[in-house]
Amino acid sequence: MKKSILKHGILSVSALVLAGSFVTAQAQELVVVSWGGAYSKSQQLAYHEPFMAENPGITIINDDSASEGVAKLRAQAEVGNVTWSLLDAIAADTITMCDEGLVEEVDIDEILNPAPDGTPASVDMGEFLTSDCHIPNIVYSTTWGYRTDMVPTPPTQISDVFDMDSFPGKRGMEKKPINNLEWALISDGVSPDDVYDVLDTPEGVAQAFAKLDTIKAETVWWTRGAQPPQMLADGEVVMSSAYNGRLFSAIEEEGQPIGMLWDWQVFDIDGWVIPKGAPHREQALALLRYASDTQRLADQAKYISYGPVRKSSAALVSTHATLGIEMAPHMPTDPANSKTTLLFNIEWWADNQDDLNEQFNSWLAQ
Amino acid sequence: MANSAVHPDQPLTTADGVPLKTALSRALRRDKMKSLALVAPLFIFLGLTFLVPIGDMLWRGVEDPIVSTYLPKTVEQLKQWDATSGELPDESTYEALVEDVKAGAPEKLITRVGKRLNYELPGMNSLFRKSQRRIPKFDEGPYKEAVIKVDKKWGQLETWQVIKTFSPNLTAGYFWAAIDLQVTPAGDLQLQDEKSRIYLKLFWRTLYLSGLITLMTLILGYPVAYLLATLPLKTSNLLLMLVLLPFWTSLLVRTTSWIAMLQREGVLNDIMVALNIIENENRLAMIHNATGTVVAMTHILLPFMILPLYSVMKTIPKSYMRAAVSLGAHPFSAFFKVYAPNTIPGIGAGGILVFILAIGYYITPALVGGTSGTFISNFIAYHVSVSLNWGLAAALGIILLGLVLVLYLLYDRIVGVDNMKLG
Repeated sequence: MKKSILKHGILSVSALVLAGSFVTAQAQELVVVSWGGAYSKSQQLAYHEPFMAENPGITIINDDSASEGVAKLRAQAEVGNVTWSLLDAIAADTITMCDEGLVEEVDIDEILNPAPDGTPASVDMGEFLTSDCHIPNIVYSTTWGYRTDMVPTPPTQISDVFDMDSFPGKRGMEKKPINNLEWALISDGVSPDDVYDVLDTPEGVAQAFAKLDTIKAETVWWTRGAQPPQMLADGEVVMSSAYNGRLFSAIEEEGQPIGMLWDWQVFDIDGWVIPKGAPHREQALALLRYASDTQRLADQAKYISYGPVRKSSAALVSTHATLGIEMAPHMPTDPANSKTTLLFNIEWWADNQDDLNEQFNSWLAQ
Repeated sequence: MANSAVHPDQPLTTADGVPLKTALSRALRRDKMKSLALVAPLFIFLGLTFLVPIGDMLWRGVEDPIVSTYLPKTVEQLKQWDATSGELPDESTYEALVEDVKAGAPEKLITRVGKRLNYELPGMNSLFRKSQRRIPKFDEGPYKEAVIKVDKKWGQLETWQVIKTFSPNLTAGYFWAAIDLQVTPAGDLQLQDEKSRIYLKLFWRTLYLSGLITLMTLILGYPVAYLLATLPLKTSNLLLMLVLLPFWTSLLVRTTSWIAMLQREGVLNDIMVALNIIENENRLAMIHNATGTVVAMTHILLPFMILPLYSVMKTIPKSYMRAAVSLGAHPFSAFFKVYAPNTIPGIGAGGILVFILAIGYYITPALVGGTSGTFISNFIAYHVSVSLNWGLAAALGIILLGLVLVLYLLYDRIVGVDNMKLG
């Protein structure tokens, strides 16, 4: 009796295993790599879920490792086993990956739908097209958030970040030289127009690091976009750099006592790239076409305060999906927020990123 | 051996005339083969999963095929060029460079050379990326001037020197870099400039903090192990559970709970502020620095100290202490003169276990170490997964492996490995 139960059990288990492997062989699993947290959520709600509903055979697996995207893709290419179907990447990283042949060159008008009025996608996206490999998605900015209840007065300018006397307490900064060097120089009195000329010289880089030295001991370094809102909410830091959409989620959706310092926010462009040798390329292209159309990009702005790159989407941006508040005043491009903005020099960073990463890490370890 | 020494000229034989020695060794050989066959799976497994990867890593630390693979003609031409002559290479070298770049550009292979050389000389990455875009457009020579026009770095000696220095297929460069040295074009070694000298410091910090952690686990673990070994079975079993419970909890859970405990707005700071021990403005920074690393790792590695100590203490008869005391020794001196020396094998085993585990730890320092509490392993991980400088990662890893082996040998010399008791 006992034996037959055992036998029965083994049979049914192996039947289950077989059935399971059959199902996985049928469904197409797209590994889509993005930035996690509130941003991945906005993508999931705005286009992954509707896309999966329309294409029952396709499952989208979210991978949150976009912040190490370049390195991981390099490693995958090196060993010849690319597992990612789509990667979300910022413009400067895309130039690097494009030059190294890690990602596909694309013809925007061929792979994307035109705007509803027939304007080709390349015209609709215009200045946001920065590389042959990039399929831009959103404009975001890296800016500063602070705990309203932990500062004596709200900080009003970027140099307040470096003012430990007036604003004591820990700072949060991204563990990368990007943006931090620019802010250090501007706070040190360099004219924002000259920032990249100054950074082009070793003395300029030294000047930036010297300025960062003044707050190094009080800085907590973050590596993922979801960390700074958390560190602010925990009171672990008094102010922190963060992506503006993440701060929006923390302030408006979670009601955290956080304020935003928009002074010298740094604009950047984020979008998709197709890794060379990506699995399920056809399905990935279908998702790309769907996710980058005018309506879907506008939909995404319902969930997070990033600006869509299509001009045709701008008119469709309205209110937040659940809170019902107008999204426009929370966009980094809103006139009240963008009095002082730094246009991130994509080319310059693509050329110098590796060197400065190296220097930055040595500086951190000192 | 002893037998043959007794009757060297009259060997003993078995019933069928075979010398006893031969028959014995034959029988022994058969037994040996059998036991060898039994351990063979383990040996093959160890070889494939342990020795081969380590060998591969060793190899990666010295192999350097990129420059000669992607710039074959240039490397050939540079052989005739004297790097210390103070003059740029001739036109034929520039022509070879253009041919190499043209050959590699469609597949975008030339940027790999830039990436490799960028580890040695900043700026090489952008130079090769630019060259990959522009040089393939050249139709015909002379090339020298045209190439220098693409980027003035092509007209600088150090660019060519670094290409020549790293054109052989084997290099010691990664190892020099791993101990903060670099090779000059003339072939001499010199210290890297101060800003990039970090590895010796990190090796020292890793050793120092690991030593501190080992000491802390010993101080905290010794009394616990003593209690475990001496309390009545019922109580000591309960205590043992308390030791093992965290041992079975996920490493990440334990590490992140220390963040909740130690952070600025964390449990410990809150309690101290509530008790007026510290002021609200002067909350202690106990996490994201070396303190965080030492506290979290001491906790995580504690069972590795307690368990070997416990197993050794368990075997020390209670009568030893009683005898010492009854012979007139003060309990303290009885403990230090009789009991403690008997636990040395346990201290040795626990100490070396904790120290070697600590030296290679990287998740915990990465999460709670901030910048002052990171270990060399965090930089190895950084070079493996972020900068993808696998050669340097391999060199750092090999040095770390060598350090552990040296310390192990030292330990063997001083304490004796035979003296170590794991259970």
